[in-house]
Amino acid sequence: MDKRKLEENFFKGLMMASTFIVVGSLFAVFAVVVWKGAPALNLSMITQTPKGGYYLGKEGGILNAIVGSLYLAGEATALAFVLSLPIALYLHEYAGNKMASFIRLSLDVSAGVPSIVYGAVCFTIMLSLRMRASLLWGIITVALFILPIMTRAMDEVVSMVPFKLKEASYALGATKLETMLKVVSKQALPGILTAVLLAFGRGIGDAASVLFTAGFTDSIPVSLFDPAATLPLAVFFQLGTPTPEVQQRAYASGVILLILVLSFSVASRLLTRKFSKFVVR
Amino acid sequence: MLVVTIFSGLIVFGMAFALFYKAWPILSTHPIGELLLSSSWRPTRGEFGLYPFIMGTLWVTILAMVLATPLCLLTSVYLAEYAPSRVRGIIKPMIDLLAGIPSVVYGMWGVLLVVPLIRDYVAPLVGATTTGYSVLAGGIVLAIMVFPIIISVSEEVIRAVPHEIREASFALGATKWQTVKHVVLRSSFPGIIAATILGFSRAFGETMAVLMVVGNVSKAPSSLFAPAYPLPALIANNYGEMLSVPLYDSALLLSALILLLVVLFFNVMARIVLSKIKKGFAIG
Repeated sequence: MDKRKLEENFFKGLMMASTFIVVGSLFAVFAVVVWKGAPALNLSMITQTPKGGYYLGKEGGILNAIVGSLYLAGEATALAFVLSLPIALYLHEYAGNKMASFIRLSLDVSAGVPSIVYGAVCFTIMLSLRMRASLLWGIITVALFILPIMTRAMDEVVSMVPFKLKEASYALGATKLETMLKVVSKQALPGILTAVLLAFGRGIGDAASVLFTAGFTDSIPVSLFDPAATLPLAVFFQLGTPTPEVQQRAYASGVILLILVLSFSVASRLLTRKFSKFVVR
Repeated sequence: MLVVTIFSGLIVFGMAFALFYKAWPILSTHPIGELLLSSSWRPTRGEFGLYPFIMGTLWVTILAMVLATPLCLLTSVYLAEYAPSRVRGIIKPMIDLLAGIPSVVYGMWGVLLVVPLIRDYVAPLVGATTTGYSVLAGGIVLAIMVFPIIISVSEEVIRAVPHEIREASFALGATKWQTVKHVVLRSSFPGIIAATILGFSRAFGETMAVLMVVGNVSKAPSSLFAPAYPLPALIANNYGEMLSVPLYDSALLLSALILLLVVLFFNVMARIVLSKIKKGFAIG
């Protein structure tokens, strides 16, 4: 056979093999986590808070962590959204070129900063204000951590809005602000939604940022100043105990976390598709 | 709007400043060389040598990159150049899904599968004994975690190579692989490097998944099967406790500062390269 053809086939085979390994490792993660976690999964896991002796293998569930995580990630996402939509619009409509590219670079870099660093900085600030670990500080930390991710994702979407659409709006006498709120943000709605859910997924799955700031408790938080348990930390702590029953529950908690994150990710795809029919093409 | 925008741009500087301010007490009492290069970590005696932790981080991160880079490069070339669009349409979303899995779940997977595998099969194969909680376990878990980042960025840069120059190469009689090797990869080289750097800096700061599988022994690792104690794990395990020991929190925040600065440096470089690519694709 031709030497060139041989080389061609060799590298093509190598590429397919590595694609197979990459995709296969995804399946391996899924399969092992579900296989180990599913047997330990039961209704009381998601309907009860830990009872006395839970961490020694007695009754209870991790409702506290599920609710805590949803509160924390939900409110942090809301807080980050309130900040990041104006930033994305501002970067696009008002900011000068130099400033916009500086802010974009800075946001990209912040998105790359490890979450443990956010956690450590926020914990330091919290201590210097003489406050204790609470839902509120967890929310602040996670919001700061997902803000750059969300803003840059939105920024990308907003910049895809065709200029002609905006011109049409200006031609009707709309101001810049009106155009932004009524035309640009509507046109970019599916993408904005994706950005929000992406950030939510990052927020709910991250453990290192809330390790110091949100605390951990067996009860469901009732105010912003209560400490809050989170799912990733519940997995982590339960896995660290020596009792096999509790470790089983850690696997089950991992499955719950995985299902939660993936269903949000799938939902975001479906919603994006649904909302994109309102978009002017 | 201006105010929140400027605020968002300054977050990273604010954090760097706060960490520097907090790390100053230890920087002003201990020479920087001793902090970075001494391997005695005895906080109660006032000895804060970060060397074992820095080496732990480097071993795990570099191993992860050695494992991930070739696989990711081949996969992204396959997806961008060879794969039929139907296959690509299935595999791309799956890889994106991989990015969404929380790091604790990766860590759990590592504990359940990678660690026993190394302890029972891999280590005996080369005649080593280990608990399985090792540099190798951390490297494997991290490699899988950085797959989606490297693949998505480098696939994008490969696809951004203009079609005309591929056609020019085909017209000269080159095969597809020759075109990829001599033309496509050469012109997307800076972008691929940038993608790899982004993956590196993600791996560098990853905390929970690594912490769960590397064993956390504060000694610089001597082999792939030895345990390690990376910087993020040091912070996660110790910050928040023992703050009564003088300078202890300062030392931990110094390690956070080191993490931040290293990641910052690599990220800025990668982003500048990528934005140059985005602006205009220069051939040659």
